[in-house]
Amino acid sequence: MHELGVTFHIMDYVERVAEENDVTRVNKVALELGEVSTVIESYLHSCWKWAVAKRPLFTDCELEVETIPAVTFCEDCGKTYGTVAHGKTCPYCGGGNTFLIQGNEFNIKEIEVE
Amino acid sequence: MSEVRIIEIKESVFADNDRQADALRRELKSDKVFLMNLMSSPGSGKTTVLGRTIDGLKDRLRIGVMEADIDSDVDARTIAETGVKAIQLHTGGMCHLDAEMTRQGLEALDVRDLDLAILENVGNLVCPAEFDTGASANVMILSVPEGHDKPLKYPLMFRVCDAVLINKIDVLPYFDFDMERVEEYIHMRNPDAKIFPVSAKTGEGMAAWTDWLEARVRDWNEV
Repeated sequence: MHELGVTFHIMDYVERVAEENDVTRVNKVALELGEVSTVIESYLHSCWKWAVAKRPLFTDCELEVETIPAVTFCEDCGKTYGTVAHGKTCPYCGGGNTFLIQGNEFNIKEIEVE
Repeated sequence: MSEVRIIEIKESVFADNDRQADALRRELKSDKVFLMNLMSSPGSGKTTVLGRTIDGLKDRLRIGVMEADIDSDVDARTIAETGVKAIQLHTGGMCHLDAEMTRQGLEALDVRDLDLAILENVGNLVCPAEFDTGASANVMILSVPEGHDKPLKYPLMFRVCDAVLINKIDVLPYFDFDMERVEEYIHMRNPDAKIFPVSAKTGEGMAAWTDWLEARVRDWNEV
């Protein structure tokens, strides 16, 4: 939904980390992206390609995205299941008292620098 | 060839903005300025609600408005007609405002002499909810034609809001909009959310809303 905005946020953040660590070049930025976060990975890559070309620190910088599967927990039966396949209704007991335990993440994991 | 290293960060992309927002909120608190972040879909009547709200409060509070838009200054002109200070912020294509952009807006508006600064965020129910602007309160407008199922579709927006205005209640007879249902759905996401059914067009319900807002502003601005 707002891939370009978050791309700039990531780059601003990495630029500050780079400054604090005497970095001259960022080769790679690794992200962790939850399956049901609001960010679409393919859009993120497109924005990234466009944005890194504009900042010398990031020339040819690779974006690595690790997907975190979405998992929902059912309070009624105590089981967990894949959120993307089954949504809010538990496939084991049909219960609706469910909540997401992972899959919403959008983290900067690490950066590879010179 | 310089040495290649890995720097571990392990932090949410939003964490940095959250820190800037918290810092801004603290400064506003000590400056005695209440910042209201107003969010909604396009066409929900934000600018009209704002105009009515200003009419109701401008004799009691010193108010300033920042209109955020991708482009154009249509809304800022409308608000300027109410007699309060209004500026237009252009997000340059961005779908939301973050804490840093809000800070720049507050500087441009010059809020030192204000009790209440209002940020009219970009019309969108997704992105603005994820970026804390540093506001003292988040308020959103849901209008009747949009339907009572919006809290189910945009849960985060309803979760971050302190108050929800249900606008355009004057057209309720013409829509399948269930007021009880919408209240139930909002409270499912956010049990503490205050709900104000209003019509910015007729003025119905506006007094309850402006009374609430004024009380919140006075509370925030007290020593």
